[in-house]
Amino acid sequence: MIVGSNSSSDAARLVTPTMLVLWLVLATVPLWITRIGLYPYLGIEILIWSLYALAFNLVLGRAGLPSFGHGAYFGIGAYSFGLCQLDIVANLWICLAAAAVVAGLAGVLVAMFISHRRGIYYAFMTIAFGQIFWTLAIKSHRITGGEDGLLKIKRLPADFGLVSFDLTDNVAFYYFVLAVFAVGVAALWRLVHSPYGRVVAAIRQSEVRAAHLGYNVWLYKASVFALSAAVSGFAGGLFAMAQLAAFPDVMSLHQSGYVVMMTLVGGGLVSFWGPVIGVFLFLTARDVIGALTNAWMLYFGLLFIAIVLFRPEGIAGALSAAMQRHSLNALRRRGTSAMRLLVGGGR
Amino acid sequence: MSMLEAAGVHVRFGDRVVLESVDLAVAEGEFHGVMGPNGAGKTTFFNVLTGRVKPSRGKIRLGGEDVTGLSPHRIANKGIARSFQIMTLFDEFSARDNVMMGLPEFRARGLDIARAAAGDRRFAEQASDALAAVGLADKGDVRAKDLSYGDRRALEIAVALAQAPRVLCLDEPTSGLGSDGVQRLATLVARLKGKLTIVAIEHDMEFLFSLADRISVIHWGQVVARGTPHELQQNEWVRRSNLGKFA
Repeated sequence: MIVGSNSSSDAARLVTPTMLVLWLVLATVPLWITRIGLYPYLGIEILIWSLYALAFNLVLGRAGLPSFGHGAYFGIGAYSFGLCQLDIVANLWICLAAAAVVAGLAGVLVAMFISHRRGIYYAFMTIAFGQIFWTLAIKSHRITGGEDGLLKIKRLPADFGLVSFDLTDNVAFYYFVLAVFAVGVAALWRLVHSPYGRVVAAIRQSEVRAAHLGYNVWLYKASVFALSAAVSGFAGGLFAMAQLAAFPDVMSLHQSGYVVMMTLVGGGLVSFWGPVIGVFLFLTARDVIGALTNAWMLYFGLLFIAIVLFRPEGIAGALSAAMQRHSLNALRRRGTSAMRLLVGGGR
Repeated sequence: MSMLEAAGVHVRFGDRVVLESVDLAVAEGEFHGVMGPNGAGKTTFFNVLTGRVKPSRGKIRLGGEDVTGLSPHRIANKGIARSFQIMTLFDEFSARDNVMMGLPEFRARGLDIARAAAGDRRFAEQASDALAAVGLADKGDVRAKDLSYGDRRALEIAVALAQAPRVLCLDEPTSGLGSDGVQRLATLVARLKGKLTIVAIEHDMEFLFSLADRISVIHWGQVVARGTPHELQQNEWVRRSNLGKFA
């Protein structure tokens, strides 16, 4: 396991050395990102997609449920945020809450139909529901704007009563998203390492055993799916703010596939941070390789194939294995030195 | 009143009748063995007792309460724990965490998302006690998949015991064990005898005949003989069958 992912000592702690390093890097992004030829909006995208991928990984990595239509909930969150702002009330907190609640309710609805399924049937059902939501988004032109999308969404100010922050500037919005991301990560970290997270991980390993230990497997599968949908929807709300619009393409099957690729390439199956690594790699590759060729997805696709073939545990798993090898070698070296000292070979 | 009772249990898969009017009454503290040839319907009967298979007809009662057709998790919550013929553990979890999952107190907290699972020492201590009871005291931190076959069998029983069950159903507990492993298991079961109601499917006749209070023989989906080990040794059907050789 990668540092901080699963060891029992880390499990009970909300802040680990890995987290501190990550936060330090993220907090300084606007200071150096333009110097390396990139731009603050990329940072915003990475954080939002990271939150989405972490939520998605609750289902895929933690519960072992193959959901391939998760873009639907990200998109529902984006539309809910926009519709709330345009038609109900232009309040950031209420609209973000609406994004999470509506996506969560959609997740509950779908979960009720699919949670007694497993494997390929589960996967197909998630695709089918994802396609239904995507089609509804395209066809409900009067509500969603159809293929043109829901436009004129604003970045509402973050109002804290006594003080209000304008988020129209990308750097200000980056720090807002970073703060939200930090809260989201802390909540997901706690959830993953809670008794609930432990039961969900157990269900991934054996539904039968979990049921015979007295756990209502259906309830856990349904609730983790709904929770994941809600957080995905919340991320979708942030994405609508970032894009100043909500489009149906994020709900499509191929866009749902992106989050699967990000999660697997990063190593979401073995590490809490895997999806974040995958998102960073995917979006950076899109911009860096995409600047050189339109066929950047070809190269990312090749990377995906290589990882599935040679490192199915993803980059996080490969890093973890490398660190373990390094520690083992260090131990061996220390052991050899100690032996030399004992037998006098060091003289 | 029996602790566990099956009355007229009938199971049909399509055209095939797997169990036909099977009756069983297990008294509190009794060790009841179930034996019979492969394909006789023993595991299906276990699956009916533990909720994996719903009977077409018949009743299952636990402590007098009708539990027929309840889902496995509800039956487990009412006090029936089981092990599996093909071992089913949480392989990525440590032995201690496997046992922890079985604790009723942990299960009651299963929907808690606010606290850390590893933060409560009581769970770890209770799990360690259950491991010590099956001789795995020093293997709490070892991942289930890294344990030896015999230790995995012992861990399955530790997990079931952690559930504080009223009835423990063991499906071929000695399967795949060497003579040392069988001896170790026999010692453990002998310790539990009288304190816990146990129903065990078993092919190891020596194990069963030395430990069971009563034994039911299932063949072609029906109970063809039942009695104490001594009575079964005198039973004409058992004597004529292959099973008689061992009895």
